[in-house]
This record gives sequence, structure tokens and C-alpha cells, in this order.
Amino acid sequence: MAGAALAAVALSLAACSSSNTTGGSSSSSLSGTLNGSGSTFQLTFQQTAIQSFKQIQSGMTVNYGGGGSGKGRTDLAGGVVQFAGSDSPIPPEEKAGFKGKTVLYFPVVIGPITVSYNLSGVSSLKLDGPVIADIFQAKIKKWNDPKIAALNPGVKLPSTTIVIARRADSSGTTANFSQFLVDSAPNWKLGSSSTISWPATSQGGSGNGGVAQIVKSTPGAVGYVDYSDAKASGLTYASVKNQAGNYIAPSVQSATTAADNATIKPDLTFSAIWAPGAQSYPITYQSWDLVYQKQSSANTTKMLKAYLGYLLGDGQKLLPGLNYAPLPSSLDQKAKAQLSKIGT
Amino acid sequence: MSTVTQQVGPAGTAGPTRALSEKRPLGDRTFQIIALASGLLVLVILVLIAVTTTQQAAPWFKAEGWGIFGKTWNPAANQFGALAFIYGTAITSAIAVIMAVPVSVGIALLLTEVVPYRWARPIVYVIDLLAVVPSVVWGLWGILVFAPWIAKIYSHIGSAVTGIPVLGNLFGPPTSGASFFTAGIILAFMITPIVTSLSREVIATVPAIDKEGAYALGATRLEMIQGAVWPHSKGGIVGAVLLGLGRAMGETIAAALVIGSSATITSHLFAPGDSMPAVIANQFGEAAGTFRAALIGLGVLLFAFTIIINVIARAIVGGAAEQGSA
Repeated sequence: MAGAALAAVALSLAACSSSNTTGGSSSSSLSGTLNGSGSTFQLTFQQTAIQSFKQIQSGMTVNYGGGGSGKGRTDLAGGVVQFAGSDSPIPPEEKAGFKGKTVLYFPVVIGPITVSYNLSGVSSLKLDGPVIADIFQAKIKKWNDPKIAALNPGVKLPSTTIVIARRADSSGTTANFSQFLVDSAPNWKLGSSSTISWPATSQGGSGNGGVAQIVKSTPGAVGYVDYSDAKASGLTYASVKNQAGNYIAPSVQSATTAADNATIKPDLTFSAIWAPGAQSYPITYQSWDLVYQKQSSANTTKMLKAYLGYLLGDGQKLLPGLNYAPLPSSLDQKAKAQLSKIGT
Repeated sequence: MSTVTQQVGPAGTAGPTRALSEKRPLGDRTFQIIALASGLLVLVILVLIAVTTTQQAAPWFKAEGWGIFGKTWNPAANQFGALAFIYGTAITSAIAVIMAVPVSVGIALLLTEVVPYRWARPIVYVIDLLAVVPSVVWGLWGILVFAPWIAKIYSHIGSAVTGIPVLGNLFGPPTSGASFFTAGIILAFMITPIVTSLSREVIATVPAIDKEGAYALGATRLEMIQGAVWPHSKGGIVGAVLLGLGRAMGETIAAALVIGSSATITSHLFAPGDSMPAVIANQFGEAAGTFRAALIGLGVLLFAFTIIINVIARAIVGGAAEQGSA
């Protein structure tokens, strides 16, 4: 409820600021259609942003279909869409599909992945990479395991059996969560990928919402759920130990801090997973919109600049209301500057 | 052009002089071409699907060789063995067929031999309604309502049979609401209408004279069904079962939602597993490279399996039809 109200406020703010637009390419009136697809992590943000973008450019139609990052990249390579949402840079084996054309990365959204759990009477829990790795490999089977207790002095842990909740579908959330375990836990043996061979006793849910539903309905369950879905389902989540050794709770602020401390490459790719910094939440992931640097039509160029400009500008104000994190301002500036590279 | 002039000429002269070998009228030939093209189009589309999917799956076939039938499916380690999914497809379809066939044949016999025609109609409508329910609705009902409910039954059965040699291996723990067995039950619901309606049609073709003959010899209804109906319709019913099996093997979304999505080969039917269509639906979105090729390759394998099943089914049904008419 509070989230919805915040979103409404953010929407009206965006609407107000659009009425007195200050320069930029979005001041002229454009018409045409932009199609995008890919990352489901971006989906809620894209849908909300498209709604409010309509009030600035009523002649433009923007469509964004989900389908997953892999589908987005395939669609972009196949010329089906003008921009693709992706939670990861283009993997080496897919590079050939883009036929040597330069693809620009525009980071648009950041979000924490929570380690959510269902334990009555335990309202705060501290976990670190190695313990999370043991839990998700079914090496730790009970909540009162000495390894969990050692991180949580003073917390009365029940002897409930741990039920692992994980994604049934392949997902960028899984890829980033497992990347965190690869980076932070030497005892993690299952690697990093959009699909992991989880222990057979684990339960699979479809989408972040599906995993959240399992955690919510199963006593003793623990699952990785993105922050906005965890908030929407009212889940309880653990504070996770970061590189600096501090236990940080997932939040909009701690996610933005993680991105601010990540090393940004010249093409604006980066990984906020396991980022340094005292206040960084260590399981923070990010999503980009991918576009070709060289466009075939001048109108598409203008539309892309207007829409991406909006996502990086006023659109960022929508994010906290949706329980996503906005880009740190330094990164946002770099992304905006990169807009000028798009051309015919 | 010549045909047009013939048609406008006097009816008495143009008509009879046209030899049989002469070109048929334009409309007739156009119709023939359109009909032929429609028939060929389906074939061409099928062949194109087979060619492009095989082509896109080629990296998987090349990378794994016979390893495509390997036991381990682990995208994180670039291992793509499909055996677990083939196993899951076989197990869930088998459960579905074992559960659906007695019920379907029973309903078909009820409708044709037991209840009067005016009562049979409403029953047929209800059965056909089952076929209209979209598979995603079956899947959502399965995962939100059915699986949590049946999970309790599974765990009771599981703890009861633990330690008993064969039963313990089949129905013992680990138990989970989303499992091979749940998927099998949902698939059974889904294939019941098709098996019922095909069986009903086959049974309806049994000549009334055979049935009356059996009654005349003093047979009871059961004996009549055994002696007159069954020999006539068993081939057709086997065909109906195989068509149902083909449907169960290819069912995607319902299976994807309720099967549990775990690439494991286990004798435990109450444990989560995965099937070929389900894994394609679940994992395609974020797949890339060999992973993507492997998923498309699973589609090729499934395509081949269902074609084989359907060809066998058609052959049996066709053979039975000839036998019936002879």
C-alpha cells in the first residue's frame, strides 16, 4: 500500500516536472513506435515509465515485452526490437549474432536481491556468503545449526528444517545471486548461471513472485527474491555481510551505494555484486538497455534518445516508489552523456 | 480462355463434343491447385520447422554427441544431458495414461452401452468442457490449489511406506506437492476428454447386430461388452490411448508449473522432477549459446518422439478401422 502511494506521488511528480521541461531532446514532439523486450527485472519499471512518458510524448508509442534477458538480446540481434533489456552484458558466445555492430549499454535500474525467510519469532537474521552457500547447497539443514547461530548471538533460533525456495525458470536473478556466492563463498560448488542444479529437496517457483509465494506459505523456507517482490509479499529478509565485513540490510539506499562503489568500465558495464564499500549491500544487481550505436533512421535515433533520456532523467525518480534503486548520480551522468553516441 | 467460349456457346453443341481427356474448366483446376497447395503447405511448414530447429540445435549435437542422452543437466558447468527430462516425460505420461485410460474407457462404455441417449448428451458436454480448459489454468490450479492439498497426502503415504522395499522406493520421501505424480495427475485430467471421445466413437461403430446377437444368446451386459464390443474396438481404443499419450508428452505449461523443475532421475514419484517441454518453457528466456541450442534440441527430440507415437497410433487406428469394416 505504502509502495503504491509512493509510486503515485512519484508519478505525479514526474508529470509536474514534464510540464515545465527544461531543454533536452525531449522538448520537440515525436511520433512513431519503439519496441523493446527482455529483462523481466525491468518490466515493472518499464511499464510505469512508459505510462508517464506518454504524458511528455503523446505521439510516441513505446512497447516493452518481458521474456527474459536472453530473449531481449536475441530480439535485438534479429532486428525485432530497437532496444533490449538485459541483466548481463552480451556473453562471448552471443557476440557473433550482432555482426560486429557496436552495442551501447545504458544502465537504467539497480536492485537488491534479498535472502528472504519464513521463521516465526525471528525478525532479524544475519548471514554471510559461506553460510548462505551451505544453506542453498543443503549442507545446513536446520535453522538452529551452529554455523547460523554463530553469526546471530542472542537470537533464539528454532530447530525447523530449512526448505530451499528457488527459481523454476531460468533467471537473471539466479545468475546474479549465484555470482554473489561464487565471489563471496569458497565453499559454493554449484557455479553461476541463469539455471543452477539445485539440491533435489529444493522447491521451484516461477518468477520472483513464485519464490516469494513459497517462502510466504512454507514455515522454515528461505529463498532469494528481488527486493520489490519481497516487499510486495511482506517477506522478512536477512542482513548480509559485505566485503567490508558489515552486515547490511537490503534497501534502495544500500543498493545505490553498492553501484556507486562498483568499478564502471568505459562501456558502462559493471557488476554491483560483492561491491566494496562499508555500506554496500553485497547482492545488488543491475540491468541495462542495449541499443545499436548506429541506427538506420533519424526518427528512431530521436525516439531512442528521448525515451532513454527519460529513463535516465525523470524516470529515475519513479524507482524508489517501485522498490528499485536509482542509479548513483555519477553513473547516471555518464549514461546521459553516452546518449549523444546514438546516431545514423 | 477456350473454356470460357465453350461455356457461352449453345448448351447442346459445346457440351457433348468435349472429350473426357480435354482440359477441365478453369474453376475446377483452380480448386484442385488450391486444395493441393493447402495440403502441401502443412507438409512444407512441418519440414521447415524440423530443418530450422535441427539447424539451431546443431551446436548442442556437435558439442555433446551421444552425450545429449547424458544424465547431467547443469548449465553452470556447460553440461547438457537430456536423460532426466526424457525420463520425466516418460514417467509423467505413463502416470497420466495409467490413470486416465480406465476412467476414459469406462465413461465411453457408460455413454454408449449403459445410459440412454438423452442422458448421454449432458455427460458428453461436461467431458468436452474439460478439454476446453486452457492448460495454463490447469497448471495454476494445480500449483495453487491441488499441489498444496495433495502434498499432505503424499507425506502421509511417504511416512507410511518408508522402509518397505518397492513401495518405499516409489512413494517414500522426499515428498513434495510439485512432483512427477502431481504432473501425472494433472495430465490425466487433460487427456481424459480426448481418450473418452475417441473411444466413444470407436465403440459406437460396433454393429448393433453383433450386440443383439450376444444378447440373443443370453449374454449379460458385461458378457456382451466382453464378447461383442471389446474385440471390435480394442484396436481403436489402443490408438486413442496413444493419441492421449502424445498429448501428455507434449503438454508444456501445466507440466512446467506443477512438476517441480528439478533435473533429477529418481524412482521417487512424489519427488520434484522435470520434463522436456517443461524445461524448454522454464529455461528458454535466459538461455544463450549451447544452452539455448540444447533447449531447441530438446524440442527436436520431443518432435521426433511425438511423431513416432502418432504414426504408431494412426497405424493401429487405421488397421482397426479396416478390420472393423471387413
